[in-house]
Amino acid sequence: MPRTSTLQTWVGGFGERVSTALVSFGRFWVFLAYAASFIPLDLLSRRGWQRLLPQCFYIGTRSVPVLMLTGAFVGMVLVVQAWAQFDAAGLGDYLGAIVNISVVSELGPVLAGVMLAGRVGGALAAELGTMNVTEQLLALRSMGADPVRHLVTPRVLACLLLTPLLTIYADLMGAVGSWLVYTLVYQGESAPYWRHTQDTLELWDLGTGLVKALFFGAAIGTVSCYKGFHCKAGAQGVGQACTEAFVISFIAILALDFFLNVVINGLYAIWFGFRPLVEL
Amino acid sequence: MPWRDTTVDVPDPIIELRRVSKSFGKQRVLDDVDLKVERGKCTVIIGRSGTGKSVLLKHIVGLLRPDRGEVYFDGTRIDTLNERALVPIRRQIGFVFQLNALFDSMTVRDNVAFPMVENSAVRVSQARIHELSHKCLDMVGLGGFKHRRPAELSGGEKKRVALARAIAMDPAPKVILYDEPTAGLDPQRADAINKLIRHLQDEVDVTSIVVTHDMKSATEVGDRVLMLWGGRFIADGPPEALTGSKEAHVRRFVEGRAEAEDVATLSEPERPRMG
Repeated sequence: MPRTSTLQTWVGGFGERVSTALVSFGRFWVFLAYAASFIPLDLLSRRGWQRLLPQCFYIGTRSVPVLMLTGAFVGMVLVVQAWAQFDAAGLGDYLGAIVNISVVSELGPVLAGVMLAGRVGGALAAELGTMNVTEQLLALRSMGADPVRHLVTPRVLACLLLTPLLTIYADLMGAVGSWLVYTLVYQGESAPYWRHTQDTLELWDLGTGLVKALFFGAAIGTVSCYKGFHCKAGAQGVGQACTEAFVISFIAILALDFFLNVVINGLYAIWFGFRPLVEL
Repeated sequence: MPWRDTTVDVPDPIIELRRVSKSFGKQRVLDDVDLKVERGKCTVIIGRSGTGKSVLLKHIVGLLRPDRGEVYFDGTRIDTLNERALVPIRRQIGFVFQLNALFDSMTVRDNVAFPMVENSAVRVSQARIHELSHKCLDMVGLGGFKHRRPAELSGGEKKRVALARAIAMDPAPKVILYDEPTAGLDPQRADAINKLIRHLQDEVDVTSIVVTHDMKSATEVGDRVLMLWGGRFIADGPPEALTGSKEAHVRRFVEGRAEAEDVATLSEPERPRMG
């Protein structure tokens, strides 16, 4: 029998890993589609809302303080970083416009998504992973309940609906935080700060930020639930599921952000043309 | 009645397995298993850890599908049914899981009410759910625990809640499956669970299948005991005949005695737990 060369072994191993990854990727999309298929029915049924509202409380209400803090610090840091350059160029009054556009269209949704991936994604993977290893998912099936409909759909829906709402909180606090630093630390004037913000910031910026947040919420909810449902046995398996849920959600947020920016900027250029943020 | 091979014919069985085989990876857990379960009786399946007792139980409720063979519930072949088609079958089966599988986020009362809320053929009124869940909790002696959460209960109490949940159906289940109901309990609590299983057997008039490696439990609750070994049933008979078995594996298991060949098998990998 001919010997297998090192190269053949390596190629075989690599092929197996690629194949496993592709199968897992396919399963993820089937899982996502299956969970999403229950959304219309659940939104129309009392039981659906009974399952959704507690998740909204857990995922949404309890995340508000941490999201507001995140938003506030992002706004404050941006002013601290940019003030010297803008002031030296005589553009200090435009700082509000730049900072608020950055917060609303980019940093608010991304950092809100990352915070939620850590706070909610890890918790969802841990909760569902524990349910998996303690046979609770099997118990649901044995009682005729669909674990995906019962556990995944409300969690994904809550993430989907509440990430944009939480992003609004983060945006708001980002604006307030940056304004406070601008006026209290750098003695800037409020009126030009808000006027330039109002002149520059468009509904489009707010809308695109919220659309991004919608995608980020879907990614966090689905990835975390998928990892929880497919976690390995034992405490180590649950821990690994949590870590993977956060890491994959984080990467998904950044990747989605890139592709959404390409699409959104392309659409803006087609519909509205070039937009200068500072008109000298 | 002496112990014998498992080709005993049970007329009109409620559950039947025909030449069922199941493997996980390279390990064959069930190997052409035949089983007929008699209505209204308590059938106990004994065997060492990792011999596929729980796997067999999960085939009966459709949580696992055989690689080969057929599974019937009340005359209906169920191993070919999809999840949706299995729901009417599952409405007739209560399952007490080895790890209890109580829902941590719910109170004891909500856990017990869950099968009626999620799994009833017809919509059950809130009043009826309330009444039946209280009745089931009273039956297992936990009427005062309804507002507690599973995390606040002891091992024995959790097991009793799991039992209450298994019977809390409207109409009552035809079959209750018990997966290691006394595992991890002290002898007194284990005895209490055994008495409860027997009481439910007589009170609710169901067919019970108990999977256990606890010999005291097997003899106390069982009308019929089968032993699973190497993926097949190697013995079948009434519990009182257990001690008189001529089969060496059965005798050693009953006596809780390991010989050199048993010690050698300890190094063999056990079947991985299936989620």
